Amino acid sequence: MATPELTAGAEPRLRAERRRIGEDVVKGVLALCALVSVATTVGIVIALFVPAIEFFREISVVDFLAGTNWSPLFEPASFGVLPLIVGTLLVTAIASLVAMPLGLGAAVYMSEYASPRARGIIKPAFELLAGIPTIVFGYFALTFVTPLLRDLGIPVDIFNTLSAGLVMGVMLLPTVASLSEDAMGAVPQDLRDGAYALGSTKVQVATRIVVPAAVSGIVASFVLAISRAVGETMIVLVAMGQQPNLSLDPRQAAEAMTAFIAATGAGDVPTGSIEYKTIFAVGATLFLMTLVMNVFAIRLVRKYREAYE
Amino acid sequence: MRIALLLLLIATLAACGGDGRDDEEAGGDTTAAETTTETDSGGDLSGRIQADGSSTVGPYTTAAAEAFQGVEPGVQVTVGVSGTGGGFERFCRGETDLSNASRAIKDEEIAACEKEGIEYVEFQVANDALTVVVNTENDWAQCLTVEQLKTIWNTGSKVNNWNQVDDSFPDEDLKLYGPGTDSGTFDYFTDEINGEEGASRSDYGASEDDNVIVQGVTGEKGGLGYFGFSYFEENQDSLKAVEIDGGDGCIAPSVETAQDGTYKPLSRPLFIYAKKDSFKRPEVEAFVQYLIDNETQIAESSQYVPLTDEQLTKAKSDFEAAVEEVGA
Repeated sequence: MATPELTAGAEPRLRAERRRIGEDVVKGVLALCALVSVATTVGIVIALFVPAIEFFREISVVDFLAGTNWSPLFEPASFGVLPLIVGTLLVTAIASLVAMPLGLGAAVYMSEYASPRARGIIKPAFELLAGIPTIVFGYFALTFVTPLLRDLGIPVDIFNTLSAGLVMGVMLLPTVASLSEDAMGAVPQDLRDGAYALGSTKVQVATRIVVPAAVSGIVASFVLAISRAVGETMIVLVAMGQQPNLSLDPRQAAEAMTAFIAATGAGDVPTGSIEYKTIFAVGATLFLMTLVMNVFAIRLVRKYREAYE
Repeated sequence: MRIALLLLLIATLAACGGDGRDDEEAGGDTTAAETTTETDSGGDLSGRIQADGSSTVGPYTTAAAEAFQGVEPGVQVTVGVSGTGGGFERFCRGETDLSNASRAIKDEEIAACEKEGIEYVEFQVANDALTVVVNTENDWAQCLTVEQLKTIWNTGSKVNNWNQVDDSFPDEDLKLYGPGTDSGTFDYFTDEINGEEGASRSDYGASEDDNVIVQGVTGEKGGLGYFGFSYFEENQDSLKAVEIDGGDGCIAPSVETAQDGTYKPLSRPLFIYAKKDSFKRPEVEAFVQYLIDNETQIAESSQYVPLTDEQLTKAKSDFEAAVEEVGA
């Protein structure tokens, strides 16, 4: 930007002025792009919370959050959302138990151990995994993993939380692995060299230097993975079942919040009815859950961030 | 550009006139050209017919619509499957011409239609035997009584093992699957079995998608579910139908027992409701006429239980009376 002013003269100044108009246009367009995301978020919040608030005028928040029976479409209706929350959290926990250790291990391997050739095979494989549509994962869980679990002697229902969670964990692997690996790649080489100079082994460098240095990026990848698990719909809809179940037994069928929203939204509950508003109440609850989790995670990341630059 | 537009105009006019001579020139507008050529062989109707309602009747109307396309390619029939209740809701708001129903219209729905001034005719289009299915490995439940079904499905029922249904049944977990609350099948089943429409336990695998019920029961040795007869016929290799004892002995669901009504109490009529005003549109009249004239073939090809001769005669006379009344 400073160059035109250095070469003082009629023509450069003219060019500079023309440039400034272009600059404004570009700035405006870019701001508009940024605004789209803000406007959409605001729109979603309004669209979600207005019917949800109407819902809570009829059903008390306490009955909703503390109730243990979820059957809003049946007679007599009951609006305790706990079974859905438990279903969502249980499947998320199983998926996290798969995705986090495996993803972190894969990231350490790719960042610290793998030869360029091995990376050349593993990286695209992860990208391929990330590109598989979730509905495919859902049917993979239902028609492959569930029978496999039964063959292994685990007595699971045909629809069950375990296989949905396991497959969801695999789905989240690339998210954890690639984000964590990026974070580890950003750790300055000097740190590693310093540790080696002090006589550290490769394992010590990886676990005591690189992972702690990259922890904020790793935690960020975990949070993103959890958020995706909480919001994941197709796998839970296809493989986990549509049967609200207040149980921590992963072998049983259960219903996740997103599965309820998808199934009920696709049905024909009359617009404006209390049954219809339950969709938004559950959606708003889901939104708040991920929001709280993200805020919490940002705090965590700030607290443990190690800055070296 | 201008020439192309002109040709397009000519083609469109030709299509409307229906003499189809300008086809060759009208290269740009193939749909119009096709309509004109094909109309020579049959009808020349066009328009869009909106149908919605029961997912049990939906495939029937869809099959009819596909066959009708061969006769009247200019008429487009869209068939939604948002459940019997959902279908009537739209129908009584005047949004649809035809409403598929797996039960008769309810009093409050009649009131809703009257309020909006929607007059309609009811046609029975097929019979159905609501079928209770179990896993093929289930060798104990050959026949269930209505009482036993009620024990299983009633509101608040906690039955979760087959040996709670009958002492002679083995110790095997009972896993239940069934249609969701939007379904006319659910309404009919709960009314007949539990004695009150909509009264049902809620802790079962509920889905509006009958294929999910098929998956559930085929995947679970102690599984039990229910849906329309056509879904059982489609999946009879992987499922077993249970005989039902409605008080006069065990009867298996079949075309014959559904037609003569001996499959009690779960045989039921399937309906299409047509808005009377829509009969003023020749394409709707033609489609319903087609539906009734070809009832047997459509029902058989899409695996429904056809009407008896008596039922068919009634449908025909109801249709003729309605058309006459509208004066179409």
